[in-house]
Order: sequence, then structure tokens, then C-alpha cells
Amino acid sequence: MSGIDEGDVILELKDITKAYSGIVALKNADLKLRRGAVNVLVGENGAGKSTMMRIIAGVERPTLGEIWLDGERIHLGSPADAVSHGIGIVFQELNLFGNLSVAENIFATREMTRGLRGIDHRAQVEKANEFLNRLEAGINAETLAEDLPIGQQQLVEIARAVSLDTRILIMDEPTSALSAAEVDILFRVISDLKARGVAIVYISHRLEELMRIGDYITVLKDGQITGHAMVKDIDTRWIVRSMIGSDAKDFAKQVDHEPGEEIFRAEDICLPRAQGGFAVDHVSIGVRKGEILGIYGLMGAGRSELFECIMGCHEHSTGSIYIDGHELKDRDTTRRIRNGLALIPEDRQREGLVQTMSIADNLTMASLGQFLRAGFHIDVAREVKAIKEAIRNLSIKARNPEFDVTSMSGGNQQKVVIGKALMTGPKILLMDEPSRGIDVGAKADVFLTMRRLAGEGLAILFSTSDLEEVMALSDRIAVMSNGRLVTVVDRRHATDEMIVSASAEGHKTKRMHA
Amino acid sequence: MTTATQTAAADSFSSGSALLMLMKLRTFIALFAVIIFFSIAAPNFLSTGNMILMTKHATQNAFLAIGMTFVIITGGIDLSVGSIVGLCGMIAGGLIMYGVVMPLGYTMYFNVIEVAIIVAIVGILIGAINGLLITRLNVAPFIATLGTLYVARGMALLYSDGQTLPNLTGREDLGNQGFSYLGSGTIFGLPVSVWILVVVALGAGYFARFVPLGRHIFAVGGNERAARMSGIRVNRVKMFVYMFSGFCAAIVGLVISSELMASHPATGTNLELNAIAAAVLGGTSMSGGRGTIGGTIIGAFVIGILSDGLVMMGVSSFWQMVIKGLVIIVAVVVDQAQRRLQQRVTLMQMAKAG
Repeated sequence: MSGIDEGDVILELKDITKAYSGIVALKNADLKLRRGAVNVLVGENGAGKSTMMRIIAGVERPTLGEIWLDGERIHLGSPADAVSHGIGIVFQELNLFGNLSVAENIFATREMTRGLRGIDHRAQVEKANEFLNRLEAGINAETLAEDLPIGQQQLVEIARAVSLDTRILIMDEPTSALSAAEVDILFRVISDLKARGVAIVYISHRLEELMRIGDYITVLKDGQITGHAMVKDIDTRWIVRSMIGSDAKDFAKQVDHEPGEEIFRAEDICLPRAQGGFAVDHVSIGVRKGEILGIYGLMGAGRSELFECIMGCHEHSTGSIYIDGHELKDRDTTRRIRNGLALIPEDRQREGLVQTMSIADNLTMASLGQFLRAGFHIDVAREVKAIKEAIRNLSIKARNPEFDVTSMSGGNQQKVVIGKALMTGPKILLMDEPSRGIDVGAKADVFLTMRRLAGEGLAILFSTSDLEEVMALSDRIAVMSNGRLVTVVDRRHATDEMIVSASAEGHKTKRMHA
Repeated sequence: MTTATQTAAADSFSSGSALLMLMKLRTFIALFAVIIFFSIAAPNFLSTGNMILMTKHATQNAFLAIGMTFVIITGGIDLSVGSIVGLCGMIAGGLIMYGVVMPLGYTMYFNVIEVAIIVAIVGILIGAINGLLITRLNVAPFIATLGTLYVARGMALLYSDGQTLPNLTGREDLGNQGFSYLGSGTIFGLPVSVWILVVVALGAGYFARFVPLGRHIFAVGGNERAARMSGIRVNRVKMFVYMFSGFCAAIVGLVISSELMASHPATGTNLELNAIAAAVLGGTSMSGGRGTIGGTIIGAFVIGILSDGLVMMGVSSFWQMVIKGLVIIVAVVVDQAQRRLQQRVTLMQMAKAG
């Protein structure tokens, strides 16, 4: 790795840590940006790339750590600070004012004025056209931004960033909406900027692009820097290895025990969608005692909605639910929980936790009824004992159960939500994306817990959009697509191709009808 | 270099915790501050007679503020309590003076205990109407209780055509004497209303900590969706808090008309604002989920002592309003600052723990 520490460093992040409530997005990250070079940043979703760029652009402030520009320590308190230091950014999500013209968008906040006579629109349009021509965009600066197709809107964003005359230009997935020809033009503009000494930060998931245009590459994983090299020294295999790491997925070992008889059955569950059609389309599914049934599906396949129907959250859902062969007539969540159902919701923050309460209160809030004396008095000693037990059983890292639940990491928060559900003494546990947004170690703990619970005879229904996860954890695999249950197969007979093709099934037939 | 930054961070962290502690105790500090200030500035302030009088004044607001605290913790607001006070006072007076006219020209009179029970039920029923509007008909709490504020006040005025019902001594032959006991009676030298407050406050504090429904109040206010998903009956919790708030208002209506031995339909005007102020001063968060009964009572006493003390000092009532307003604003500003600081301290801890 020769030459890795050479080069003309313009901006340096030293030991940056950024914590949000519940999750540490960046841990002691160092980053050097070099003048006149393309500094590439890669990593999986949620690795912390965007957080790092938002810190450089002044949108977020780091919790700990320092930022040095040209050998001087600076504080970026707001995006305006960053702009005054010559830092420009093209955001991943488009940030144009749709109701303004392209020229007005490019010159927003630094309009060209003529004293008291207001904004000089003609000069702005002229200047804007100049920038747009350099990008060979073929866009008229007088059109409204919202009238442009997405790809051209992205070019306008780039034109705005270029027009800022920046020393550091951050591009967060600038090519995601561009055609191949437009990408070529963009790359020419980038080389031009490079020649003028601009430091470019380039974020993308397209590895071949990075190899083509990058000079220095930095790899992020789980908020930490896992690799740093010059692009000419490496290949794409190196990138993938640094991105995923060798300890990528650590699943609990399969324990072989035969599931018992069917304990839960949902029959003909239907949930109409407001725009017509069904979010859950006549789904019937059963789970046996001690069985883990994985429901695989893409975003919007109707997995969460199915779980919500089972829990009785939707008034308009139809169908029937049986536990141990008896139909549940009560339609409200409270009684469904009392009858032995429990749900770990997908969105922990919105549906799982009460952020204003302590870890202990969150754990017991659904099951206070079991600590009662004389029908109304909560026996605090028994409650505390149960809380301690839950913390131990689920290996929740809580220094003090009286602390706010938001003071814990995402993985531990998830364990609290699981603990809350388990304390209601369920017979069937529904888990909606149980591994979302938690780190590798906590994931392994959660999977281990699922295995243990199934071994103890609990029936588990979990949903995921991670193929590896569904293959490794489930006894049987169900695939949902566009609200329909496409297939249910035994894991022993399931293959990756089979499941992926099934998960696209619902959309195919729909297109045929349309 | 690194060690320097670490110690600097540690310093700012520990001073942060000290500041945080100070901010958490702000209601206590405010209480002692007003007591010390007025005992120096206002002559006679510390006399037993004055203390008991001030306590009695603060008690009325404290009742309403306890009910209000539960409502605010669920994320709602109850603007109707002042009007409920007025209406309940009128009903108490009416029952004692005129009884209830039954069909066949026969009039039924109730003894004082029965009157108190009927009035309490009326308060709870108005609270139930608020609750039903909010849970079943999805009216925003602000609007629903604003509506009942006007309706209840209007009904109080209609009841006697705007007249005061004077002289509620009752008649010996009807067995409804002794109404004055609630407002002017004493037990061990303390007014009866103060003892009732002690009972209600201890009850509410116990309820919030040791009864499932009380714990659920906090869950509903902190995250209603999560509470519902956990099987908490959110509507039942909301019904309860508005009914309890109505009950507290009914007690105040009884106490005031008993004290004056007269019922006036405009009694209790603007009391809802005092109650909200006391709750907020006591650390109840207007966004729901946080608050304590103890804090609220201290808040009610701070406001009570502040107004009485200013009167004793001869400060004009116009200035009193300005000062009260400023105290409330400062309380909320400090509350926000505390929350921000707390968040920063937690994030720092997390960042260090990695």
C-alpha cells in the first residue's frame, strides 16, 4: 500500500463519533480528504457513510471528535458554515424546490441582485445555462424544477454544487438516476474539477464506477473504518471483503427437534387497501408448536399488515384466527394478547418502545396484570424480580433498569421489546423483521433466543427480507408477494432461486391483469 | 492530545451532571425561593394564620392540578375544569336550597353527604363526556374540552339565571345542615379541605405507581401507538383521566361554595389555566409521558404563595399577572434546557461506551 499516506490533505476528520438516541452511527472514525483527487467512500446500507457526509456538510454535529481544514480546527455548526468553508454537497435524496425555476434553484440563498431593483433574473438564467451547458444537460434554466425527469433533476443538483465554486464537493450516489451517457458526462466534469484542485468525495454502491473514477478508497462497516487504500492497488474483491467482513452473518446453530401439532391457524385473512386491491390477499397459514416459520418477502409484500391483522389492529380486516383449534372471536389487541399472541413490531421506535419510560417500565408495561395483589395493587418486589430475570435471560446490557430506554443501543432496545412480549406469556410469537437496525452481536443473540424459545415449544412466525436469514432460521419458509401467500415450503426443499422467484410472483400476475 | 481532550470531556460531563441535578430540583428550589423571599419582604408572612390561609388557597388549585397532571401526561388537556367547578358549585347550592322537584308536586331533599356524592358524580359525568368526545368521536382534546368549557359555564348561569344562591345553611327540618364543614371545618387545626387534598394526592400518587391503570397513563402519553400494540386499552385510560379530572373539579366546586356558603355561577373562571400552570411548573411535560403528582403539588404551592405573597406586599394585581406569566415561561424554558442537557449527557455516555 505505497502512497496511501501521501497526497495533499485538505480536510481531516479525527476520531469522530456520532451517537443518535439508541444507536452509535460512527465510532472513532478518521477520514482524510485529498485535494485534486476523488475520495471514494463505500459501505453497506447503514454503515455510516451518509452520517459522515452530513457531518462534513454541517447538517449534523459530531458527538465527539474534531474536524480539521487546511491544518486548522474548524466547527461546522450549520450547512451555511460548511458552505462558507467551501464545502458543497449533492444529497442522495433530491433537494430541489419544485415550484421554482432551475435558475432560481441554482442560485437559491445567493441570488444575484441589482441593489434595490431586486433579483436580476436574466443574469441568473444566463449564468445557470452556462453551468448546465458544461454538463451537456440540455436543460433550459427557465423551466420549473418539478417538470424535469428525475435524471435531469439530479443534473441540476450537480450543477448547483459545481456553481458554488467549492473546494470540497461531496456527491452522495450522484449516478443513481443517471443514464450511462449522463454518467460519462458527469465523470468528465469530475475530472475537470479534479484538475482544478477540488477534493471530491464520491459515494456509490456501483463498484465498477468506483474502480473507474476513484483515487483513494475508504470502506465503512457498522460505523467503523475497515479499509483504506489507493484504488490502483486493489480490486473489487478487496472492497467486498472489507465491506462485509469475515464474521458477516453469525446464525444460531440448527437444533433438530420435531415440531408438535398445529397450535395456530389464520384462515382467509384479508385486508383491503385504500387505493383498491388488497394489502393482505386471502392468506391462510398455520404454525405448529415449537416451529419457526419464516415469511420472506420484499418491501410492501404485506408481511407487516398480515401480522397486524392477526393482532387485531385493523378494523376492516376479515378472516378468522384459531389457537389450539378454538376460534378467537374478540377482535381487539388486548384480548388477542391475553389469548396467547404477541407481536414484536417492525418499527421499534414508533410501535415498540415508550421512549419516555425506563427500561424496567417498558419491560413490564404489557404484563402488569400478573404482578397484582388483591386485584389492583402491583407487587413491586415480584415485578423487580421478573425484570431481573428478563434482563438475564435475554442478555440485555442494562447497567440500571431505571435508566431511560433510549440510553441503550438499538440491539438492546430490540431485546427489551422482545422481553416485553415474552412477559405476557405468549403461545405464538410474531416477529416482524426482528433483526432490523441492530448490530451483529445483538443479531446473534436474538437468533439464539428465537431458537431457544422454539425449543421450549413456542410457535414463532417471523418475517424478513434477508434471504440468508430466512434460509438459516426457519423450519418452514413462506413467501409473500404483493399481499398474496405465494408458497410455503419446507426448508429442506427450499433453494435461493425458488424463493426469490416466488417473491416476485405477485407483481407479475398483477402486471398481466393490467 | 487525546488525554487532554478526554479530561476536558470528563470535566464538562461531571459539571453537566451537577447542572442537571440542579435543574431537576428546580421546583423545590423555586418553592424555597418564594418562601424565603416573602418571609423577608412581606411582614406577617410566616405567621401560622397566614400559612394556613395560603395553604387553603393553594389547595383549591392543587386539586385541579392533580387531575390536570394525569390528563397532560396522556398527552391531552382539560380546559373545562374551571367551568365544572362553577357548575358543580351551583348544583350543590341548588340541591341544598331547592332540592329536586319530583313529579306529583313532591320535592326531595338530600343530606350533605348525599349532595356531595351527587355533585361528584356530576363532575365525573362531565369528564366522561369529554372522554367520549375524545376517544369515540376523535375530537382533539383542546377543542372537546373548550366546548364543554362553554357548555358547562352556560348551564351554570342558566341554573339560577345568573343569580347567586346565597346562604346555604340548610334547614333543620330537612336534615341538610352542616354544608359549611367542608370549607371551614378543621381537623387537628388544619382545614378539612387540606386533609381531603392529602388523601386525594396520596391516592393519586399511589395510583400512578402501584396500579396498572395508573402506569398505563404514562405509557399512553409516551407513545400511544406502542401502548396500543402492547395491549393497553388506550381509550379506557383516556376516559379515566378525564373522569378523574372532572371529579377533582367537582371537589373544588363543593369546597368553594361551602367556604362562601353561597354558589355563584361565575366561580372558577380561569382556574383551568392556573391548574395547567401548576402542572407545568411541577415538571409535567406538555408533550405527554412525563410528570409527577408531587411536583404538581409543589407547583401549585409555588403559584399560590407567589400570588398571596405579592398581595401581602401590596403589588398591584396587574403586576401580579406579569410576574406569574414570567415565572411560567421561565419554568418551561428551564424544562426544555434540562431535557436537551440530559440528552447530551446520555449521548456522551453512549459514545464513550461505544
